[in-house]
Amino acid sequence: MAGNHFSHLSERCLAIVPAYNEAGCVGAVIESLRRHAPEFDVLVIDDGSTDSTALISERAGATVLRMPFNLGIGGAMQAGYRYADEHDYDFAVQVDGDGQHDPAQIERLADEFRRDHSVDFVFGSRFAEESGYRAPAARRAGIRIFAWLLSLIMRKRVTDPTSGFRLANRRAIALFARDYPHDYPEVEAILMVHAHRLRLAEVPVRMDQRASGRSSITTLRSGYYMAKVLLAVLIGLVRERPTVTPGDPAAVSAEHGI
Amino acid sequence: MDSRLQIVAVLATAALLLVVLELVRRRRVMERYALLWLLSSVVLLVLSIWSGLLEQLAASVGIETPSNALFAIAFMFTLVLLLHFSTVISGLTDQNKVLAQRLALLQQRVSELQQSGDRRFGKPSGEPTHESNAPERELTRHG
Repeated sequence: MAGNHFSHLSERCLAIVPAYNEAGCVGAVIESLRRHAPEFDVLVIDDGSTDSTALISERAGATVLRMPFNLGIGGAMQAGYRYADEHDYDFAVQVDGDGQHDPAQIERLADEFRRDHSVDFVFGSRFAEESGYRAPAARRAGIRIFAWLLSLIMRKRVTDPTSGFRLANRRAIALFARDYPHDYPEVEAILMVHAHRLRLAEVPVRMDQRASGRSSITTLRSGYYMAKVLLAVLIGLVRERPTVTPGDPAAVSAEHGI
Repeated sequence: MDSRLQIVAVLATAALLLVVLELVRRRRVMERYALLWLLSSVVLLVLSIWSGLLEQLAASVGIETPSNALFAIAFMFTLVLLLHFSTVISGLTDQNKVLAQRLALLQQRVSELQQSGDRRFGKPSGEPTHESNAPERELTRHG
């Protein structure tokens, strides 16, 4: 595991901020990233917004990838990981453009990398400890089902696999740049990391309620979310892994088994 | 099978076959997507003309009216075609996603290069560019 010998996160770090019509919020997110995580370059993925998300992001000093049309969070995030991969970033953190992830908490994710040098992928959990996060009961139940299922599959306890607040190192970035789930990718991405035998860890974080905009997961869509992700998870169990093309760099091969 | 029904069936499947061939000739349908259509229409045409085979087929799987066997086979082909389209659409969706991502990445790169070029060659800062205001630190980083 060369490349993981570091004492602190002074390497090249990128904050990927997916934003779809978040003009009311994305400026504050970038501002907060600048203040609380100054070592992170900020890349906003404007996922085909029809408002001034891109303009506001550029004025706030972020680099902006403008998707030509709305790809959905999976396609948008993968574009960010491709950018990170091509620009040779060592770490990429995902921070949603709606302000629900507090950039001050990136430190908590980074601490896990400092603590355990073999970790490749860290995600923040709202439920690992009392965090003040209040979700509707139905959503909590849905999350709990996925948490239970994933814990079962991976034989490792996870509490919040739907959390979008996550920090990836070079190997995980390379994996996601090549292969990333299409829509509602969070749960599947964790399974992908697991299937490719990268090491993952969950750390407790606080998350705010959404400051503006709307979650991509409305009540109407949550049924589809459950069905789609369940299908993906269950089919994924019988899918041959790794699904990446042979000959890809070692970052995504499974040679460093657990 | 009733001879009137047989005539209609033959005419209909023959028409389908001809339409498919014509679409391929005009390049409105690619050969690779026409193959399943051709197979379907040829099989249906053969079974409409050769009613003895259709009757045998129907009897062997327990369908009392041979024409129902023809409908069942046509329906099966329809399902196969639809499934085939779903796989094709999935592939296109994936390619479309990759193209969109590449486009966005290239667009960002172009505007970055354009700006560093503008600065290097001392264009006035008011010079209009397509994409505005990539941050200063990006220039020192990659420029």
